[in-house]
Amino acid sequence: MRGAARLSQTVRAEWAKALTIRSTLALLLLLVVSTAGAGIASASAAHCGYAGCGQDPGRITLLGVEAGQAIAAIAGVLAIGNEYSTGMIHVTLAATPQRVRVLTAKAIVLGALVLPAAAVAVISAALAGQFILPGRGFTPAHGYPTLALTDGPMLRAVLGSVLYLTLVSLLSLGVTCIVRDAAAAMGVALGLLYLFPLLGPAFGPGWGWHVLQIAPMMGGLDIQVTLGVHALPLTPWQGLGVVALWASGALLLGDLALQLRDA
Amino acid sequence: MIRAMIHAEWVKFRTVRGWVVAVVVAVVAIIGFALGPNGQGTCNGNSCAPTLGPGGEAVQDSFYFVHQPVTSDGAITVRVTSLTSTIPSFSGAGTRRVRVPWAKAGIILTASLRQGSAYAAMMITGGNGVRMQYDYTGDIAAPPIAARWLRLVRSGSTITGYESADGVRWVRVGSVVLPGLSSTAPGGLFVTSPQYSQTSLGVASINGSLSQSTATFDHVSLTGPSIGAGVAWTGTDVGAPGGPAAPPVTAYTDASGQFTVTGSGDIAPAVSGASGIGDTIAQTLLGLFVGLILLAVVAAMFMTAEYRRGLIRVTLAASPQRGRALAAKVVVIGAVTFAAGLAGVAVAVLFGRRALRAHGVYVWPVTSLTELRVIVGTAAALAVCSVIAVAIGTVLRRGAAAVATIITLIVLPYVLAVAIPVLPLGAADWLMRVTPAAAFAVEQTVIQYPQVSNVYAPAYGYFPLPPWAGFCVLCAWALGALALATILLHKRDA
Repeated sequence: MRGAARLSQTVRAEWAKALTIRSTLALLLLLVVSTAGAGIASASAAHCGYAGCGQDPGRITLLGVEAGQAIAAIAGVLAIGNEYSTGMIHVTLAATPQRVRVLTAKAIVLGALVLPAAAVAVISAALAGQFILPGRGFTPAHGYPTLALTDGPMLRAVLGSVLYLTLVSLLSLGVTCIVRDAAAAMGVALGLLYLFPLLGPAFGPGWGWHVLQIAPMMGGLDIQVTLGVHALPLTPWQGLGVVALWASGALLLGDLALQLRDA
Repeated sequence: MIRAMIHAEWVKFRTVRGWVVAVVVAVVAIIGFALGPNGQGTCNGNSCAPTLGPGGEAVQDSFYFVHQPVTSDGAITVRVTSLTSTIPSFSGAGTRRVRVPWAKAGIILTASLRQGSAYAAMMITGGNGVRMQYDYTGDIAAPPIAARWLRLVRSGSTITGYESADGVRWVRVGSVVLPGLSSTAPGGLFVTSPQYSQTSLGVASINGSLSQSTATFDHVSLTGPSIGAGVAWTGTDVGAPGGPAAPPVTAYTDASGQFTVTGSGDIAPAVSGASGIGDTIAQTLLGLFVGLILLAVVAAMFMTAEYRRGLIRVTLAASPQRGRALAAKVVVIGAVTFAAGLAGVAVAVLFGRRALRAHGVYVWPVTSLTELRVIVGTAAALAVCSVIAVAIGTVLRRGAAAVATIITLIVLPYVLAVAIPVLPLGAADWLMRVTPAAAFAVEQTVIQYPQVSNVYAPAYGYFPLPPWAGFCVLCAWALGALALATILLHKRDA
């Protein structure tokens, strides 16, 4: 089938575009610095004074993900938002008329860039936390056995946070295809992440609980919980599944918008 | 000249339909979330209204009281030999001993046995030394001399408190006047013990159950012209505490001058938040941040659209003084967002409060002046945030980056400090001191009392900075961003 680009070629083209934009690498670096930095700061500020102080070492060391997700969202928005602002999208779609292939290639490249950066960010935050927390009262005497990163709950927290950051960038990519304007997409993506916890109480006690269940950030970051998992609205992996649903839903709608509308 | 530019910018703003729609949606969101099913309570009319103190302020007033009438020239002296506190154990069966810093045991003179009466009291506390307290909000720390002896001397309507380590050398702590105290007023021993706070999930929280304290007293003596020997002591559970947990057992025994008194509750100003009841009017502003994000996106695009379309060259050609071009944009966006914010917030607060009451939520009363400050302050905060968005849009020249920056600077700290129980208390306080989100202290309508155990955290409506100081932090950020924007606008090619 001549004239139609194969997916691998589209991926290679998108990869070249992504790497030749200076802001891409800067963003990935910022993702690592903000996630690890905020995690180190919160671990250094935490304190466990007595046995059963109830603090969650997973959430404390990986708190930086709350800030890092903003960077992951920017990366997702700019992956296609830049093309809408410069008009480059016309060239891209002329070169590859199969629009679903363009979006797939963009998603693959975005994931391939964000996933390793998120891994570096989250693992360095977790390692730093293991180094800092014992000095802040998180000792076996207070009920915190030294957890290796490969131990069940901590491994889940680390792996889940890496996946979470990647899913957030994909969610933002989908949102941007729908909105077609980088600034507005940024507002929508970050609003989806940050506003749910503030708005939960507005739906009253019954509905508010369900709102927290479907909230992408609240559900997704429950993957970081290593203590008191039973008290969560959803299990940790279900929570991450909610984010995956949001991301795939946004990508599907984004694809639909891309197919049906002029660019 | 500048007027013409402001007019030009206003025309630019109002002719972009998307921006006007976004501002209207922001107002609707702020109002809509206030009128929704926001909060559920079980109050009917005034059934949840707290007891009012002598100054008309909301108070809590429940304690166990062992009393006799005390005449206008009487005095009460006592030695407190022990004070211990317990709370229900985790399993629910039995109790466990804890240190309750504001458990109180001592002597009190009160205008009547009704809740909310004027009073003066000397007390030993669980962790805050000897105090003289009066009329709920008054609190005097006694000199730290490890006193166990307490004395209250009444002279007409003036009550003076003393403390002593040995019952011989007495140190005066303070003197208060209780106007309208009748010639014989109930006076005697009291014990009370407030809700217990502890750390849970990384933030301090209230355990929910009342603690219970037991104190032993000896060397109890009442002096005064009309005090006869053999006048009986009466035990009264003033304002027996209710609540979801079974009421603690309160009682007293008198074994040949050795009194053991057990009580629960508090004599203190009522507070909202973790250990209190009801909501403040800030609860009506849940939708504020939806509005804020919409306005910030519009404000950032108001500037970055000029770069995207190359319009900035026309704008700067028309007005070569680049600072003026920026000033005109700031004036237009500031005025639009202030007006929109004012409309949304005023309706949200005024009608949202009714909606809360209709749902059975007790809403803390505020003075009209405070309410005006909340409404105008919040609208002004929205406007200044939008001005920061214009400035950041000028600096970054990219809509997406500007929106991301403004949301990370303003919304993220607020979410972390207020909505998600992850941050340690100190860290949450620092976020609300140094980030632009400090400005939302203008919504604070509650008073922090050091003598009441409560979680004074942003999550419960207690901000570390006073309202306008927090607003000034936001203004400082705005000035910094505008200065940077002006410099870069002059130095760079457009």
